[in-house]
Amino acid sequence: MKPQSMGQAVLIALALIYLASLYFMSSPVWMGFTINALIVAVVALAWNITGGFGGMASFGHAAMYGTGAYASAILQVQYGINAWIAFGAGIVAGAAMGAFIGALAFRYGLKGSYFALVTLAFAEVLRICASSFAITGGGSGLQLRLEPGLSTLQFNDRAVVYTILLVIVALVMALTAWLKYSRFGAYLIAVRENEDAARALGIDTYRIKVKAMAISGAFAGLAGVLYLQVWLFIDSAVVYGSAVSIEALIGPIIGGAGTVWGPLIGTLGLHLLGEGAKHLLHNAPGLNFVLYAVVLICALRFLPQGLMGLAARIGTFRKKENDNA
Amino acid sequence: MLEVRNLSKSFGGLKAVDNASLDVPEGGIVGLLGPNGAGKTTCFTMIAGFTKPNKGTVRFMGRDVTGLPPHRICEMGMIRTFQIVQPFAGLTVQENIAVGAYLHHHDRAEAMAVARQIGKRLGMGAMLDRPASSLTIAGRKRLELARALATGAKLLLLDEVMAGLIPSEVSEIVGIIRQIRDEGHTFLMIEHVMQAVMSLAETAYVLNHGKMIAHGTPRELVQDPGVVEAYLGHGAAARLQEGHHA
Amino acid sequence: MSSLILPAVLSGLTMGAVYALVALGLTLIYGVLHIINFAHGSLLMLALYAAYFLFVHLGVDPYLAIPILLPVFFCLGYALQRWLIAPMSSGSEQNVLLVTLALALIIDNLALYFWTSNTRSVDIPYAYNTVEFLGAYLPLGRVIAFFAALAAAPLLWLFMTRTRTGSAIRAVAIEKRGAEIVGIDVNHTYAICFGIGTACVALAACLLLPTFYVTPQVGYTFVLVAFTTVVLGGMGSLPGALIAGLLLGVIESLCGLFLGESLGQIGIFIAFILILLFKPSGLLGRRAA
Repeated sequence: MKPQSMGQAVLIALALIYLASLYFMSSPVWMGFTINALIVAVVALAWNITGGFGGMASFGHAAMYGTGAYASAILQVQYGINAWIAFGAGIVAGAAMGAFIGALAFRYGLKGSYFALVTLAFAEVLRICASSFAITGGGSGLQLRLEPGLSTLQFNDRAVVYTILLVIVALVMALTAWLKYSRFGAYLIAVRENEDAARALGIDTYRIKVKAMAISGAFAGLAGVLYLQVWLFIDSAVVYGSAVSIEALIGPIIGGAGTVWGPLIGTLGLHLLGEGAKHLLHNAPGLNFVLYAVVLICALRFLPQGLMGLAARIGTFRKKENDNA
Repeated sequence: MLEVRNLSKSFGGLKAVDNASLDVPEGGIVGLLGPNGAGKTTCFTMIAGFTKPNKGTVRFMGRDVTGLPPHRICEMGMIRTFQIVQPFAGLTVQENIAVGAYLHHHDRAEAMAVARQIGKRLGMGAMLDRPASSLTIAGRKRLELARALATGAKLLLLDEVMAGLIPSEVSEIVGIIRQIRDEGHTFLMIEHVMQAVMSLAETAYVLNHGKMIAHGTPRELVQDPGVVEAYLGHGAAARLQEGHHA
Repeated sequence: MSSLILPAVLSGLTMGAVYALVALGLTLIYGVLHIINFAHGSLLMLALYAAYFLFVHLGVDPYLAIPILLPVFFCLGYALQRWLIAPMSSGSEQNVLLVTLALALIIDNLALYFWTSNTRSVDIPYAYNTVEFLGAYLPLGRVIAFFAALAAAPLLWLFMTRTRTGSAIRAVAIEKRGAEIVGIDVNHTYAICFGIGTACVALAACLLLPTFYVTPQVGYTFVLVAFTTVVLGGMGSLPGALIAGLLLGVIESLCGLFLGESLGQIGIFIAFILILLFKPSGLLGRRAA
């Protein structure tokens, strides 16, 4: 989690300064906007586990995000279950969905584009199902009853919501860092770099990949539950829609896939850019996505390791001997 | 230590390996020779669990391991390397070796310590913090060996570990393999570089068209007409003989 | 209910022929360039709008727009592959998918911005004249689309097997390095192939518009169906795409009949998942994934 260069330190500091400054700006607009960005950052961190460390780019993280949100909403709305329990259930449901998709996809050796497309198809199937069945509220979605309080996990004060989200993002990032430097993380990176060599070294690659999907699913489910608790309303297009899946992958790729800070920095940067463009272009719908897409193409071409990779090359702390030799 | 019996594998109508048997005694260095396309690598992939044989058995340290997945076989102490070396490019040399070490050392600090120690033993002490992608071919071959050793494997299946090296690098690797063997490891190696086989292997098998055609000491094998024919073509042995007499 | 099945199957076949046509372009691109073009549906949407505006502003009948839009979209496809997708993706398969995804986002959202999310359709009365076949009544526009799409597939096949360009494309598809050595300009051939794939989409759009509608979202719907068709038919297989397209049209139509209109497409996606999982090589695919 520690920066490796002056550039990275500056990048991280900028993100932290921005996040801290919101406490002093007392601007509900910026606060609300950043709350959204932080929720997306959690899905981005989820995508980063499989897409960044594992090299398995999913186009359908909405499948796990939506499952987490719906699991929690169904338990609360249809069965009157306590929000805390539903919160946990949402995470578990996201993890289960991730493991399920992973188990199926990897059992048959899907990778690369095939994996991307099958995850997308799962998200679509779930979206259509959620808009068709009564238990998910059909086309009209599910609405939590407004009951602010600690027991319902609903808070009127935006600053409280914001603080909770900051803590959760920090926790997810700490977990990511811990995973990265664990046996599991090393194995996952080995699978990304060269699956055959990984198998030869005694790694059960199937298990590692499914486990990665489960962990990623848990994070994505968590993000879905957070969305539900913040906005109290979900429907199939919002939580299973392709926009979630796309935002989940663009942030990490721009920020630096397979790094701890990349997903947060990429997501914040993108959202700031999108928000700025919105003001300039008078709230034109969808134009922020055009901007994201242009940035994505440029990043793929010019920043193969994302912003963190670029920053790593600026003012390296410990001079490594002739890397390029 | 390793007993392979009647191993067979066909792809479509082609018999890649046909009824091949071989033995590797503990502490030995055994060669597996043969011309290109003879089925040597296919043999390795079956022994190490990467593909399932159609027929035959593989026993390792007295246990039947036929058809087990590679990671199970590796846990028991048998590991293969690849002809085209495959380092994890995004990791440093030490981290590469640690991936192997994690098999029996779950803690990062422990695995990294084992990796450092093995790296130093193989003369890679100065390169430990470099990205694996920056290594030369010879360096990558060493890394491949180091990673395999780090898993704690007792039997190493080396697939053309000398290919692509210049003679001075070959003799370095030969020295390293001897040193590792003296520390109690066993080797089965596919090799094209005859010099290496002659100086390392106690016995060797020759595979041609998927069949074992000869078995003996390297010195015996180079004089075996069948082996010479397999390498140099039909009638070659006779022509060589004539050449000697002329 | 059984009296509804035959019309549903026939109507599914007519829609399926259009799916097949869209998928032909996609599978051609995959078969040669070995890339998945995520923007394929968005290009279809763009072609639908082009045909729509030609009709509304210039009074060009969508069928007469075919000779106009075919070359235009061929050039568009050529340019996209040659000067955007290829240089921006640096040759990595995953990057191609991401670049074309980004392209889809750009096209879809610009369409949303300029043309809003309103559903638009052209009013060509004769397209809805019905044709009776085996007791089922089908709109004329759908019947034309069916036969035109069926005719396009063998034409494409003839082009691939009988012309010099077709041979070059097949050579590059089989052995890129070798084709380069014998003097084939690989980048140019790739771009031509992408252009042909895009032209297929323009043809599909002109055939589709008289009995369909256009919104900025229509591309996303179609791209998933097209992927399913391509995978079901066997990645890169032209006859496979044709059969699979027809089959999926019927599946969708029957699912719509039995499960309700909104669930029609779920049959396609479930088919997609099942195929990817159990037979990723598809019906007529030559090799597994």
